[in-house]
Amino acid sequence: MLCAGPGGGSNDVQWCFSQVKGAIDDDVAEADIISTVEFNQSGELLATGDKGGRVVIFQQEQESKNKLQCRGEYNVYSTFQSHEPEFDYLKSLEIEEKINKIRWLPQKNAAHFLLSTNDKTIKLWKISERDKRPEGYNLKEEDGQYRDPNTVTTLRVPVFRPMDLMVEASPRRVFANAHTYHINSISVNSDCETYLSADDLRVNLWHLEITDRSFNIVDIKPANMEDLTEVITAAEFHPNQCNTFVYSSSKGTIRLCDMRAAALCDSHAKLFEEPEDPNNRSFFSEIISSISDVKFSHSGRYMMTRDYLSVKIWDLNMESRPVETYQVHEYLRSKLCSLYENDCIFDKFECCWNGNDSVVMTGSYNNFFRMFDRGYQQDMTLEASRENSKPRSVLKPRKVSTGGKRKKDEISVDSLDFNKKILHTAWHPLDNIIAVATTNNLYIFQDKLN
Amino acid sequence: MSATTAMEVTIEARRILAVSISKLYASRTQRGGLRLHRSLLLSLVMRSARDIYHSSRESEVLSGAQSAPEEPMDTSSSPGEQTRLPEPQPEPQPVLNSTETAPEEPDNTEDGCDSEIIEDKENLSPAKQSRKRRGKASAAPDFLPSKRARLEPGEERYEVPLGSCRAGESLTTLSLNRVIPAF
Repeated sequence: MLCAGPGGGSNDVQWCFSQVKGAIDDDVAEADIISTVEFNQSGELLATGDKGGRVVIFQQEQESKNKLQCRGEYNVYSTFQSHEPEFDYLKSLEIEEKINKIRWLPQKNAAHFLLSTNDKTIKLWKISERDKRPEGYNLKEEDGQYRDPNTVTTLRVPVFRPMDLMVEASPRRVFANAHTYHINSISVNSDCETYLSADDLRVNLWHLEITDRSFNIVDIKPANMEDLTEVITAAEFHPNQCNTFVYSSSKGTIRLCDMRAAALCDSHAKLFEEPEDPNNRSFFSEIISSISDVKFSHSGRYMMTRDYLSVKIWDLNMESRPVETYQVHEYLRSKLCSLYENDCIFDKFECCWNGNDSVVMTGSYNNFFRMFDRGYQQDMTLEASRENSKPRSVLKPRKVSTGGKRKKDEISVDSLDFNKKILHTAWHPLDNIIAVATTNNLYIFQDKLN
Repeated sequence: MSATTAMEVTIEARRILAVSISKLYASRTQRGGLRLHRSLLLSLVMRSARDIYHSSRESEVLSGAQSAPEEPMDTSSSPGEQTRLPEPQPEPQPVLNSTETAPEEPDNTEDGCDSEIIEDKENLSPAKQSRKRRGKASAAPDFLPSKRARLEPGEERYEVPLGSCRAGESLTTLSLNRVIPAF
């Protein structure tokens, strides 16, 4: 496993452009807006979901010894319509087809399985390859038409003959009607048999084989909705302990729950909360403290949370405060009122770990994304743009000028484009390859190999 | 000077309240229906704006009234408010912040501010009893039409003068407690 650092200083990792997927024109169709990005456990497959309910899976080519860069490119492997818009007639509400999350199941055989979810329904998809087809049927012609039985004079055994590779995606399970509120998270358990789904007020536990039943394991709905003060914003299973999961709230707290303790995990085993800094108290403090994403480290020792302005690393053994805090775009703190007016303050940024938990990454505005090296205590800002899209061109670190004087090559806060936001990023689990989603394009970057 | 700043705060709080209400109404027509998380955050901002609006309106009124024998504590605390206001900031938030803290904690500087500005009851001056403020706060701000709202049990009706209405006739008086139960 390669040791990754964001670049600069004593740990010289340089990030290079590799590929960009998606339409070039500036006029973005709403259906093409990418809403989730996820590598599978081997990193060979990269799945994206969009607002139009489609899933596109890219596959990494086998390494080519001829090429200088011996990492394979990602090419389209399968595209399918996962969810369609639906209408809830009882509530007169349209259910969006937007894919909120995709999670891969660990691979057990030749086929690949993933869970995809919109606001209300989770689906299990099987993606399998077909490169052979049976030929020589007795009762059917090669084109599929049935023969007149009277014309059959001999019998033969059909044989498999090679054909062009076909990748098929088929829905194997549909897990529906278990969520009153909008699903924000799904997470596969390390037991590979169960998974959880979380909406604003409840977390449900499912068995992958059983679609007509789920167990409610967390319910924070108050008896009187007027008393509602917080909602669930994200949930995830521990990577190794199949009894442990966490869920984050809009109040900036994270609760760790142990399913062995009780059937209903309303009372947490641990509560992670940092006391608010009174100097930073502002009108919009509540909004910016809402956690938009929570991710366990691969080791399972740490977890990372993302709120509007920062990324925090928590040690599971310490509930009182995070062990590390990284400011993503602190210069926005004085702009919160404008960001409230243009709705940007409600943006939900995700975050991710690299393979050995040494670097974390998250997105920002102006198509910037940030990396924080925990070991070397360095951070880096990079930009995903078509201007830097020459193959293997090294990305130049970017800087936002916060003081009065703007240095050359720096960009001022007022010039930032708040319509260009990077909400979804993913890091290859075993290599220094990252996938960064702008509004409707997917950028793939990798570190420079010498 | 405090009157001007208080007025700025009032205007800002009113603007934020109006923006929040329009966002809440816009979200009703959004695809996928009302989002609970977003509505909760909007209602929290609206609640803060409403409280700040009313408290700064009170301080406007108080600084306007030269002598108010029935409210001796307020005139003595307004210098406290003045000293508490920081240097003029480009963004209105810190001003809002300080105005929010001043009525609650005239005596100490250490406690962190709380979104629930009625928390620090012991240090409140008698004139700014939380109960009294809550009664005022639950009434409609004067920039909304004076259509009579259905009251919660225990609320008192407070006569609201017709003021400039930003959003028009379709915007009925909104009781914030009814936002979330709409789900």
